Amino acid sequence: MSLLDPEPDPGQAGARAPRLVIGVGNPARGDDAIGPLLLQRLRDQLAGDPCAGEVALLDAYQLQPEHALDLRGRRETIIVDAAAAGTAPFTHTRVVPEPTPTITTHSLSPAALAGMHQRLFGSAPALTVLAVRGERFELGAPLSAHATRHLAAALDWLSALLHRR
Amino acid sequence: MSTPLETATHPEHLRRVCIEPLTRVEGHGKVTLLLDEHDQVQQARLHIVEFRGFERFIQGRPFWELPVTVQRLCGICPVSHHLAAAKACDRLVGAPALSPTAEKVRRLMHFGQVLQSHALHFFHLSSPDLLFGPDDHPAHRNIVGVIQDEPELARRGVLLRRYGQEVIRVCAGKRIHGSGAIPGGVNKALDNADRELLAADIAQVIDWAEDAVALMQGLFAAGGDAYRRFASVPANSLSLVRPDGALELYDGGLRARDPDGEPIFDHASDQDYADLLQEQVKPWSYMKFPFIAALGPAAGWYRVGPLARVNNCDFIDTPRAEAARRTFAAAGQGRPVQAVLATHWARLIELLHCAEAIARLLADPDLTGDDLLREGTPARAGIGVIEAPRGTLFHHYEIDADGLVTRANLIVSTTSNNQAMNAAIRRVAQDELDGHVLTEGLLNRVEVAIRAYDPCLSCATHALGQMPLALTLTRADGTVLDLLRRDADGGIRRAPPGSGGAMANARP
Repeated sequence: MSLLDPEPDPGQAGARAPRLVIGVGNPARGDDAIGPLLLQRLRDQLAGDPCAGEVALLDAYQLQPEHALDLRGRRETIIVDAAAAGTAPFTHTRVVPEPTPTITTHSLSPAALAGMHQRLFGSAPALTVLAVRGERFELGAPLSAHATRHLAAALDWLSALLHRR
Repeated sequence: MSTPLETATHPEHLRRVCIEPLTRVEGHGKVTLLLDEHDQVQQARLHIVEFRGFERFIQGRPFWELPVTVQRLCGICPVSHHLAAAKACDRLVGAPALSPTAEKVRRLMHFGQVLQSHALHFFHLSSPDLLFGPDDHPAHRNIVGVIQDEPELARRGVLLRRYGQEVIRVCAGKRIHGSGAIPGGVNKALDNADRELLAADIAQVIDWAEDAVALMQGLFAAGGDAYRRFASVPANSLSLVRPDGALELYDGGLRARDPDGEPIFDHASDQDYADLLQEQVKPWSYMKFPFIAALGPAAGWYRVGPLARVNNCDFIDTPRAEAARRTFAAAGQGRPVQAVLATHWARLIELLHCAEAIARLLADPDLTGDDLLREGTPARAGIGVIEAPRGTLFHHYEIDADGLVTRANLIVSTTSNNQAMNAAIRRVAQDELDGHVLTEGLLNRVEVAIRAYDPCLSCATHALGQMPLALTLTRADGTVLDLLRRDADGGIRRAPPGSGGAMANARP
């Protein structure tokens, strides 16, 4: 196996899982922890579940160019991230690749990541953003009560999606 | 300390241009320029506008959590903070010297981190400027342009990133928020399967890294005087070096040299950093301005990072990177290379060194050993210093009898480079902007100068109340409408009504 071959899933035995869930966020910044926390709860929920082998889980502080490799060959990828604005408890949106994605900082937006995948591999990935509404993002703040409820609702939705064959 | 173009005499009469946010720079920074009626730049400043307060956040936490907790400081170089905190905690558990296995696993993790960070910076953030020039259309002068025009280069950039991330995953357990380094050592060594996984591709990684060095060397040569002069400011250089003078990224003595390459101090213990360096606060920036104490703030500011490291070391102990360093050093004609754009060249030499060093470590049997931890007489204070991708990183903790953190001080590399970045944009302002109608391309030159340092602004600020804050509302014609200031003591003052924002000690 080569790490420089974009196809395999490094660190995971067997074939590439058809679905990938990426939890984005900083656990130390209040409701920004929604992404990694939801991923952790999903990981616990999937333990022993027959559909576990169909789903790969990936923590990400922020989206980076090499995540385009993680998207490749998936039937579907879901990015779970906290949203500072928008509809509560969550929204789910299919990502349209940004035709001219720009890296404005060290991190990428989901649309820029999809655009990068399209440019590198010639096809748009099936990518959905699950934006879970948060309200407090201060350093050291705990998860807010609202975010706790929103996270639970989003987990139910995502779990149902993953169990749909 | 005040330097030319740092502070205009009468800012209220000047036109204000704000570049915000800085594209392809982590965090939230902005540059303000004040121009007079002849478009001459009278003031240029890099501002940091994001506050993180991390030092206060970790006070009261148990010290053994620090190597994991501090990774949340930065999404770009979490491993650097992980290892700097672990080194400080080694002192707290009385184990400054680790087992060979533990030290080599940590070094491998660090080489993976520097490799992936340097790859991100060059291939995805800086290569558009370097390949296409600062005046290229912004819709093309980005990673998409690189993918379109140089697809193989872009692909290599992504795969080098992935390789570095996999080195981290193997050593730390996860790509992010890993827990490989713990006080006194590591919690696991490599197994043979991990080693074989990484070894399978390292020859290719080295070749790609060497190709990238050759590319940058060629760009620098083709750039001629324009490249050498761009944003160039003579600066002191600070870095770790090995006892024999070799480039050192994980552990060594501190070396500072002046702009001519003459020593300021050499092989100084990193445990004495607080005697060697001091920090200055300025009213217009959240970010402190460190300086070499012996020289004072005016002459003592310094540069850290790839350019400082490659200038400062006597040699690199891996053959291909050393060959590249010799070519690099020749460009300085006996003096340290001061061209800001040469930072990219130095960065890629380091990337090549990391790849070679990874190959060497993967052949070392200690990497799969089982002697993982050391302990000794506990201490109440610990200092850990490493060379992070952007430069020297200092972590300093004090704990109480229960092991809870009572005081923390972090000097991150972006803070060390604060004055160097400000000096660079003032040089650009003088050389490239004065008297010209400002265009996107001209303003991008300011960003190119800053981007060479690859600042990560999100972890470069200090605790609330320690740093004054000035908010300025400026009308398009340059009139200051309102000014609100929080002083270092936490008090808030507003400019008197009708003063046009004029307030003693407060400038836009």
